[in-house]
Amino acid sequence: MKPAVLTGEHYITGDVACAEGAIAAGCTFFGGYPITPATEIAEHMAERLPDVGGTFLQMEDEIAAIASILGAAWTGAKAMTATSGPGFSLMMENLGLAVCTETPCVIVDVQRTGPSTGLPTMTGQADMMQARWGSHGDYELIALAPSSPQDCFYQTIRAFNLSEKYRVPVLIMADEIVGHMSEKVVIPEPGRIKLVNRPKPTGRKDRFKLYEPGPNGVAPMPAIGDGYNIHVTGLTHDERGYPSMTVEAQEQMLARIKNKIRDNLDDIITTESYRLEDADIVIVSYGISVRTGLAAVDRARALGYRAGLLQLVTVWPFPEALIREIAGRVKGFITVEINLGQVHHEVERCAGGLAAAHLVGHAGGRIIHPDKVLECIEKEFARP
Amino acid sequence: MTTNPKKPARQPEHPLDDLIRTDRIPHIWCPGCGIGTAFSSCLSAIKATGLPYNRFTMVSGIGCSARGAGYIKLDSFHTTHGRAIPFASGIKMARPDLKVIVFSGDGDLFAIGGNHFIHAARRNMDLTVICVNNLTYGMTGGQVAATTPNMAKSTTTPLGNPDAPFNLPLLAYAAGATYVARWTILHTRDLTTAINEAILRKGFSFIEVLSPCPVNYGRRNKEKPIDTLRLYQDRTIIKNGADPVKADIDFGKGVVLGTFIDIDRSTCDDRYCEIHRPCSDD
Repeated sequence: MKPAVLTGEHYITGDVACAEGAIAAGCTFFGGYPITPATEIAEHMAERLPDVGGTFLQMEDEIAAIASILGAAWTGAKAMTATSGPGFSLMMENLGLAVCTETPCVIVDVQRTGPSTGLPTMTGQADMMQARWGSHGDYELIALAPSSPQDCFYQTIRAFNLSEKYRVPVLIMADEIVGHMSEKVVIPEPGRIKLVNRPKPTGRKDRFKLYEPGPNGVAPMPAIGDGYNIHVTGLTHDERGYPSMTVEAQEQMLARIKNKIRDNLDDIITTESYRLEDADIVIVSYGISVRTGLAAVDRARALGYRAGLLQLVTVWPFPEALIREIAGRVKGFITVEINLGQVHHEVERCAGGLAAAHLVGHAGGRIIHPDKVLECIEKEFARP
Repeated sequence: MTTNPKKPARQPEHPLDDLIRTDRIPHIWCPGCGIGTAFSSCLSAIKATGLPYNRFTMVSGIGCSARGAGYIKLDSFHTTHGRAIPFASGIKMARPDLKVIVFSGDGDLFAIGGNHFIHAARRNMDLTVICVNNLTYGMTGGQVAATTPNMAKSTTTPLGNPDAPFNLPLLAYAAGATYVARWTILHTRDLTTAINEAILRKGFSFIEVLSPCPVNYGRRNKEKPIDTLRLYQDRTIIKNGADPVKADIDFGKGVVLGTFIDIDRSTCDDRYCEIHRPCSDD
């Protein structure tokens, strides 16, 4: 039996690092279904969860996989599933159920290409808009994008923490390269890993309301068997959790789902930067494409361009305010992502015409070469 | 004089009130519908176990029957269409000590959710699955279901259903269910006993409850509410241990009721525990 936190230095893939991050975060339930390139997460969880008294369950499809983790989450467990494009598509309806019922859970999408079966073993970043809007209706959720195996470890812990704190599904938008490549991953001492657990209700059970927001807009959440006789439904519900087929209940429910995220953006949104202080050309990137961006910044600097990188660690909610602020003082943005323009459109929207917004994208299957970014810089920002 | 002298000063308490969210009454079920009867059998069966209520949870999908989860005063989950069983499986495997009851309809459990049903049965997932079978999609207005009899009329088969319905007990047995029973809402005592047995035993237990939908099925198939109940009385044969192969629903030749299957087989959670937690108990 290995401990939950494997303190030390490891040479592991992003998928395995993600699974180790989950175990370190206190995950005790994984429901999954095999799919390339996310299968290794399930395999590693199947091996590791019994070490911590947890349960791994392979389900009959991805719909069942996400349904099982929502059920497990209501027993009080921290629960996770992992998939890729086609499975991610199948999960969309129950992702909406998780949002609507404010069920904490973590869903990893190790992105490959699409549409449909696409290139199953090759990388892509084209599920980013699906991550934001893939389930029907209006809602908010959180999506993080790791750019290395080390990042996979930390972002998975952070995903659980945010999920518990805000009672919201958190998506980890990895990709095939990050998932499959091996790098050094340092796992710290257990005491150095900060864990967050969902707020539990206190006070009189007969006056308890399942969705009555606490101080940060998030309602405390009991588990099955705690004696609160909760009713949980995907129908529009009032603060008691009871179905309420009224415009007012719909408005109140959506406001709570939206505000608990929008009112805590400073806590949720994380970005990293590289040589950004004096930059007038800002490369915006996330996930594996951050590595393209880092190389491009150095090479552009060597050519005399004042380039810098903004890495979106949190992609959703989108760091609108930051992009707007930067837009006022730079010549332009170049979004580097392995798709034909998804986060690029958000950058363009927030740049609001104050700064140019260009895309260096690709239909998928491989990482974008820094040359492509250099070409864009020289074409769009050539010095007089 | 504005008060009714016949009205008691206080509403008398129903013996099942402690299991009902009385603040959610009136319910949505139509006059003549059988779901309420199946539901109260389920509540009586829960009560008769004598187990503390916080050891139970009810999970449902979508449809008329699935609304039951919203009326029961237990931790209860009204999930997405067809997905009650995998949601319930997550609960069961994370908290094996809980009694997990799935209460839903035929459309939910056997059309959109059919795949989940057979896999949970195969694994002998320790769930009590109660299927209220009204032969149609009631909530959406009477479309053809996977249980609608051949040539029966529905809004999507206005000239008659060209297809054959599922034999649910046979399907459950073939997939691996270890307890299979069928009753009608006219046989409430037998039904209550069956649900009680199913809750108290370990394994995947399946109970089909035949139930009238006069508004959306009977109306289009020349069955008045009382006609359906007469069929349940006159055209059924109670035969415990009957071969599920012979459990087709054909009121012309008679419909078998009873406990068809009751066998012991290790459950999914037991086996997981045995393999992965060898030292956790004796």
